[in-house]
Amino acid sequence: MTATIARDQAVTTPARKSGGRINRRSPLARVITYGLLLLFLIIVLMPAYVLVVTSLKSGREIGVNGQWNLPQEWTFASWEKAWTSLRPSFIRTFELAIPVAAISSLLGAANGFVLSRWRFPGADVVFTLILFGMFIPYQAVMIPLRSIVHEIGLPPGIPTLVFVHCVYGIPICTLIFRNYYATTVPVELIEASRVDGAGMLRTFGSVILPLSAPGFVVTVIWQFTSSWNDYLFAIFMSNTRNGPITIALNALAGAQSPDYAASMAGALIASLPTLLVYIVLGRWFIGGLMAGSVKS
Amino acid sequence: MSTKNTARMRRWAPGLILLAPSLIVLGVFVYGLIGWTAKLSLTDEHDALGSKGFVGLQNFIDLFTEDINGRFVHSLKNLLVFTAVFMLGALLLGLLWAFLLERGVRGEGFFRAVYLFPMAVSFVASGVVWRWLMNSGTGDQAGGLNRIFHDLHLGFLENPWWTDPDWGMAAMALPAIWQLSGYVMALFLSGFRGIPAELREAAAMDGATGYQLYRHVIFPQLTPTALSALIILGHMSMKMFDLIMSVSGAQWITEVPAVYVWQTLLTSDYAKAAAISMILLLLVAVVIIPYLIYNNRVERRS
Repeated sequence: MTATIARDQAVTTPARKSGGRINRRSPLARVITYGLLLLFLIIVLMPAYVLVVTSLKSGREIGVNGQWNLPQEWTFASWEKAWTSLRPSFIRTFELAIPVAAISSLLGAANGFVLSRWRFPGADVVFTLILFGMFIPYQAVMIPLRSIVHEIGLPPGIPTLVFVHCVYGIPICTLIFRNYYATTVPVELIEASRVDGAGMLRTFGSVILPLSAPGFVVTVIWQFTSSWNDYLFAIFMSNTRNGPITIALNALAGAQSPDYAASMAGALIASLPTLLVYIVLGRWFIGGLMAGSVKS
Repeated sequence: MSTKNTARMRRWAPGLILLAPSLIVLGVFVYGLIGWTAKLSLTDEHDALGSKGFVGLQNFIDLFTEDINGRFVHSLKNLLVFTAVFMLGALLLGLLWAFLLERGVRGEGFFRAVYLFPMAVSFVASGVVWRWLMNSGTGDQAGGLNRIFHDLHLGFLENPWWTDPDWGMAAMALPAIWQLSGYVMALFLSGFRGIPAELREAAAMDGATGYQLYRHVIFPQLTPTALSALIILGHMSMKMFDLIMSVSGAQWITEVPAVYVWQTLLTSDYAKAAAISMILLLLVAVVIIPYLIYNNRVERRS
């Protein structure tokens, strides 16, 4: 469990040490390798091609003939249509994902610090109990959760969803920070701070937090993406008037005979923020994925 | 004795206090609410009017014996087919991609990024395009993937995808495989890269062939990685909801327990929804709890 983030650095830096090995494959093996890599590249990108091409076609070109062709007539009409119907929820989803990313990360940092570097007896058991919350099917809490958030007076829609995502984001953020601190912050640093007479909060605030940026990048990306993409909590606790983009997109695309061009433009619009995060911060995104694995 | 204990307490207490809000919140919202759902599943609260009392395990028994058309068992079968295809597909593709990239190829970063990008997209968004790709029309009406098969004169490949009553769930697993194989690849790549170079060199010195090297040295080292990949994919699969809701919507033919809960709640049958949720939790727990305990032990040893 502790080594995941450290190991990730090995993933993100290509095999430099084994650079010489590239040429060790026989020419045939290399042709097969690159052939397969390209084939899979095309397969993986195919849905993206369909999304972009279809979203730029006019209504007349949507039929089954020539579906896979490039548009004869390029138009942004469907993008405009999709944007008009998704705009309010698009903005609301930022109001959801940004606070969730910030609050979950802070909680995760505090918990991760205590569970890795300010440990108490039984810390491992507590950690395991926390971790279990990450794997539960949320249906198992959904029925009472709906009434409880109503009863504690959370306004429906985004505020409720912020609360819920923060709560159920605690396990993963705690895991990420615990692994991060356990592998990057030496125990001696904490001991030195203790010897200097600093209490726990001072140690956390002035010694640990300044070292935490890489951990924060991971949890922020993770929580931003998962609250942005969430549909389960959203469908249980919000509607098209107060809910996030997944609800609005499903309403746009879910009709019996959907307007495919507008749906696909909508799907692209709904994916742009997370894709952007992924493209800009891709290296750390992989780190986030790696940290999602609970293993030693 | 007391002074020593006080000194210890003074050391631990601040940590516990910092942790306390999270522990309380998780205690209530994970364990408390699971308990609440469990209790609800043992009552006869079958409508909005509330419960008349405790009925023991009757709701669970009814799910397996009294459900109309064996709906619950049908949803479990669907889940089984989906899980098997999804896990096998994502695991094999992820392993193959990691294997291809493992020894370093030109443009490794690019391939890795492309293979991984579907992970950043929501199931709701990818569901839009997969519904289009898996158009069930054939022949002249063929659309999406069937259209490609039709135009390439590979008509025998045209199929009804997820609308097939027997194997529809296997098609439903395709978008999930597309979305998560890259993740499995990342896991395996880190596994490959974690194997010390000396181990390979030693095997090479002993005259191991490429096949022997992988069969006896590298793959055994990847067992823990494969295990965590299985666990992660498995629990995601049991919880699969978004994808099915956006590709097919809530329909009999593709219903799984997670969707069944939602459908049941729409009719305000709280006790039944709670019972299905508890079975879902149990399915996840029998896999996750041993894994967490095992993991805890391994870590303590290291």
